[in-house]
Amino acid sequence: MPDLPGVSDGSGPSGWELATVRAVDHPLEGYVRLRLEVPGEARRHLAGQHYVVRLRADDGYTAQRSYSTASAPGDPLVELMVERMPDGEVSGFLHDEVRVGDTFELRGPIGRWFVWDGETPAVAFAGGSGVVPIVSMLRHAVGLGRPDLLRVVVVGRSLDALPYVDELRATGAFVALTRENLGSRVAAPPYPEELAPLVAGAEVAFVCGGVGFAGYATRELEDLGVASSAIRVEQFGVTG
Amino acid sequence: MTDLPVTRGFTGRRRPADRDRLPPGQYDTGRLWPVLSAEPTPRIPHERWDLTIDGLVLEPHTWDWDALRSLPHSTTTHDIHCVTTWSRFDTSFTGVSVESLLEVTGVATGATHVLAHSSTGYTTNLPLDDVRADRAWVVWEADGSPLAPEHGGPVRLVVPHLYFWKSAKWLSRLELLDHDEQGFWERNGYHDRGDPWREQRYQGDA
Repeated sequence: MPDLPGVSDGSGPSGWELATVRAVDHPLEGYVRLRLEVPGEARRHLAGQHYVVRLRADDGYTAQRSYSTASAPGDPLVELMVERMPDGEVSGFLHDEVRVGDTFELRGPIGRWFVWDGETPAVAFAGGSGVVPIVSMLRHAVGLGRPDLLRVVVVGRSLDALPYVDELRATGAFVALTRENLGSRVAAPPYPEELAPLVAGAEVAFVCGGVGFAGYATRELEDLGVASSAIRVEQFGVTG
Repeated sequence: MTDLPVTRGFTGRRRPADRDRLPPGQYDTGRLWPVLSAEPTPRIPHERWDLTIDGLVLEPHTWDWDALRSLPHSTTTHDIHCVTTWSRFDTSFTGVSVESLLEVTGVATGATHVLAHSSTGYTTNLPLDDVRADRAWVVWEADGSPLAPEHGGPVRLVVPHLYFWKSAKWLSRLELLDHDEQGFWERNGYHDRGDPWREQRYQGDA
């Protein structure tokens, strides 16, 4: 699979650094937003990349998890939007314990596949917490003055369960809610006729969400004529 | 970082009794099996699946579904470790060892590495030694059930002693080479060998 033009080198993980928490808030139920300062030069990540958070107990025990950043590439702070997982060892700590001024280890940016180069016409499908790397891409597009290059489709249960929904809607993302009506749109997954004009002309497609959503979104994209090789997937979730 | 900074307020989960089974930075996912892949999950019918071993072998060979399953096979149990930090203990796989397939093709002088290919175009590189001597398996069942498409079915590679991205899903080809040639994740920032006990997650890790 070829790399996107312009992203074959540059950023990469450079070892662990100590990040300082500069802002913490809980913009919606079940999510905490952290804005992190990392020493040295401003972070240089690509839209769609992730960072690894490592927490260390005083007996040396560590736990680490990967989180996509919502920051645009030029943002001097690394913004994470972390969903609380059931019994989540790291997400629970980030929700309940972390406050401004705290430090923990951070590594990244990581991943050179699920990234948008800011040049290629693209469509992005995000489900639930899968919006985070797509927000980075959208902010990048807006910052470049080219929001037309990236069409965004967001699917969620309800407005109050979707991170960044106001920002997404304000920048023209198509939002489909499955459990409540949105304006005149009756609750339902996106219809093919809603998706077709958004997918038309896209040369690369990004899909981010849970396993069920990723399967659904890739089938829809393929049904609309997008080649499998043009679809980049970041999915999470488990099977029993 | 030279010193190891303790995170204020972090105690972590109760330490598991079998902590020695967890490589550094990993956690026990229990019976859950997370799904990660970079591309759409392909639905490959058995009758359209086959596996070729070629490159630096004495006699390239292709097995179709029936031919593979008619080989003497076994069920082995392994702990598997994903670079995204979950580990899953005691996962049983049914299949054949890569070594037994290499006995059919032979290995040509000079072969040092293998590039595993998936039908999706995914690739991953491994030192040849890491897939020999019953250290790597070509499997079609996990935990007693046919391997699900999202876990790489109908047939995947399993190399349990390396991070699990080396265990290519939807396996279609093993290509023996006289040099190391980076695969998909390796070109995208991940380690060429990926030993979880040495925490070789990303390019540049020792």
